[in-house]
Amino acid sequence: MDWLNAIIQGILLGGLYSLFAVGLSLVFGTMRLTNLAHGDLTVLPAYIALIIVGSTPRFNPLYAIPMVMVIMFVFGYLLQRGVLNFVVNSGDIAGVIVTFGMSIVIMNGLQEAFTANSQGLDAGQIENMSITLSDQLAIGWLPLIIFILAVVVIAALQLYMSRTKMGRAFRAVSDDQEAARLMGINTKHIWAVAMGVALLIVTIGGVMMGIRTTFNPLLGADRLIFAFEAVIIGGMGSSWGTLLGGVVLGVAQLLGALVFGPAWQILAGHVVFVIILALRPRGFLAKTVTA
Amino acid sequence: MKTTTSTAAAETRPYSVWVANRTNLIILGIGVLVLIIFIVFPFFDLTSWTRRLVEFFCYLALAQLWNLMLGYAGLISVGQQGYIGIGAYTLWLFSDIIGINPLISVIFAAIGGVIIALPAAALVFRLKGGYLAIGTWVIAEILRLIVANIKRTGGGSGITIQATSRMAQDMGAEGWMPLVYWWALASAVIAIAVTYLLLRSRTGLALKAMRDNDLAAESTGVNLWRTKLYTYLIAGAGCAMVGAIEAMYSLRVHPGSAFSVNWTAYLIFITVIGGIGTIEGPVIGTIIFYVLRETTSQYGTWYFIALGLLAIVVTIWSPAGIYGWVIKKTGFMLFPLQRKLRFAREGETPAPLASGGEKAVA
Amino acid sequence: MSLLQIENASVFYEDFQALYDINITVEEGEIFACIGANGAGKSTMLKTVAGVLVPKVGRILFDGRPIDHMPPYKRVELGISSVPEGRRVFPSLTVHENLLIGAYRNRKGPWTTDAVYDLFPLLRPLKKRQASGLSGGEQQALAIGRALMANPRLILMDEVSLGLAPVVIKRIYEAFPTLLENGCTILVVEQDVQHVLTVATHVACFLEGRIALQGVPSELTNEQITAAYFGV
Repeated sequence: MDWLNAIIQGILLGGLYSLFAVGLSLVFGTMRLTNLAHGDLTVLPAYIALIIVGSTPRFNPLYAIPMVMVIMFVFGYLLQRGVLNFVVNSGDIAGVIVTFGMSIVIMNGLQEAFTANSQGLDAGQIENMSITLSDQLAIGWLPLIIFILAVVVIAALQLYMSRTKMGRAFRAVSDDQEAARLMGINTKHIWAVAMGVALLIVTIGGVMMGIRTTFNPLLGADRLIFAFEAVIIGGMGSSWGTLLGGVVLGVAQLLGALVFGPAWQILAGHVVFVIILALRPRGFLAKTVTA
Repeated sequence: MKTTTSTAAAETRPYSVWVANRTNLIILGIGVLVLIIFIVFPFFDLTSWTRRLVEFFCYLALAQLWNLMLGYAGLISVGQQGYIGIGAYTLWLFSDIIGINPLISVIFAAIGGVIIALPAAALVFRLKGGYLAIGTWVIAEILRLIVANIKRTGGGSGITIQATSRMAQDMGAEGWMPLVYWWALASAVIAIAVTYLLLRSRTGLALKAMRDNDLAAESTGVNLWRTKLYTYLIAGAGCAMVGAIEAMYSLRVHPGSAFSVNWTAYLIFITVIGGIGTIEGPVIGTIIFYVLRETTSQYGTWYFIALGLLAIVVTIWSPAGIYGWVIKKTGFMLFPLQRKLRFAREGETPAPLASGGEKAVA
Repeated sequence: MSLLQIENASVFYEDFQALYDINITVEEGEIFACIGANGAGKSTMLKTVAGVLVPKVGRILFDGRPIDHMPPYKRVELGISSVPEGRRVFPSLTVHENLLIGAYRNRKGPWTTDAVYDLFPLLRPLKKRQASGLSGGEQQALAIGRALMANPRLILMDEVSLGLAPVVIKRIYEAFPTLLENGCTILVVEQDVQHVLTVATHVACFLEGRIALQGVPSELTNEQITAAYFGV
């Protein structure tokens, strides 16, 4: 029963990881930029929600999510146009340095503003509600909702990419940015929208996670690494692969915690990642890359 | 057609290839002098400045190695803290558990770095570009978590290195600190020497010219994979060595600080501010970093915010860093890495004519 | 007023000068051919017109308006579209999606996906195929169709015959009159002189970044063209 429980909880946790991973993957896909600040940008929305809701909750933080999504979209758009567009075509090195610098700025900025102490968002009743499957097995509503949201978000992103004019432009820019510019696409705008959408998605995971557990400014590094591991395990460029990657990582972590103790949870995830990287470096559902 | 392109002109004029000029020779002399002063330094000042210089040399060595990976093989690692930590714990292992003199254990730490770097390279080199960088970070995290979860190493709260503490107590600060100091100085000198020799080699020049273009590098016959591997191993060994020296200096190891990603933040800052791909860049960067640290580190988070912002601003608007700017203004390099063409003036017989060959200061 | 005027343009790739003081005037309804050897600067000139490169000196006027500091997408809005060298179709998009990308700026005009499929019937059955799976000739037709979807007043074609079988080249050049009928002026760059001179109304021969010879093809002798082409 413990095993089953760990697996179910792991799958649900994986949904959360895939929400983080989709944003990382979207940014990498459209502009080949590895955003090392991505983890910190998943922590930021929880703090924005905290400001909106207030420490003595004026209203349920769940209702704040749409507002935070809009704020993060605008923030992402401006960040891209104001800073990151300058390094998109300067190679991997400049991108890594600048986003690493951003990561440090955001992390320390949050510490300065909110201290390094853990904070929480109180969503009331729903945090404790669960579906009882048997005496020892219960699924919390919140983790379940997060997982369902992840599935919905990935499906919606897929539709957006394949059916809309903007989505088509994303893919064209990803294929060949110079040709896309010659066709009348303003790549600077497209990149900025991509970053905005990535942060909008990340907001859902970031705030939900803030409701489910506590959060502090130092979580960014782990979140970045989990998102990255989910992307690589699932296979670069595949959205459903990202979900699968997140699930594999979540299950690995919770099974690791069950077998070796809670202290080994994160390490177990890393180890499974390393094994998959060694045996199947292109992940499970990698898209065939066309040169 | 009256076109005369610059290449056409080059073919008709006698030229010679130079690496260094006379000023560089003078500088070399001064450099040797400075080195001698640094070597004898602890005999004159036994306390605070010796301590400060230990840290300074450690940062310098680390920055130089990080710069080597970046400038020589286009490898960007944000996980060198993994090797720093491994070095510190290897020192503890060899001096406290096995019982070897810590001053000798430093060498084992370097070997330990290589032993970890070899399989790590096999893994992370499967990733490309920026994802490779996160891969190096994962390796560092794995190492940190392993060490922090083992009871014998003191777990998350760290451990005091008995052997070094004993020696420090027996000899007193005046006896112990110079020994640490010389190791730190040696690590910085080794790092600079290795970087200089590699960057100046034929492969180094080829790679520097096409840092972001794997395909172009491969087409010149450079085995990029092997080059990356060697630099990664060298950097792993070097960082582990510095980690061990740091541990001798602080007499304690703590997984949270030995494996801290802040190390990478410092290294990026130092190298980027000073100038990537040059030897002098990290030297300038380390001095600036050090002054900044001594004066503003009490502001804690603001200090880090300043480091991050400066790294961003310099990368976007002045990617060559301070030293790059100096070279551009003056055309002068302390450690010459480029071959310079020198044309003979019209009607003049060029003295050291060696077309295609080189005159270099060894 | 001329459709396109390039006035005293000099273009650099960092320190390397690729074009020296170029002057070109393209009239509405022309097929203007730029010929020259590899590296003569023809493609650089097209990229400058498209907006990928910016001239260091000189001006570019489109319909009398200076455009030399407009980004490429604004130029597409004005009616300048490109068939880039090497075709550059979007490999992961379908044929139909490639055409739709061509219409990204929503310029009104005669060209629709159906009109393109009528012009190049070979594309119609490939509609849902990924562009990466197309043959060279099919990709070239797609690239031209994609550029037409922008309803251009001026279409820039870079080495459209490169690497294609003579039959295919012939078919592509046969489409030129239809383009002109629909109000589209053509500026074409070619290394292969033979085909383009049969349709061109004006020719400029590039040599080492300069224009060595300009004129109406029928008024130029083969010797003149050969001399300008090779610089002998």
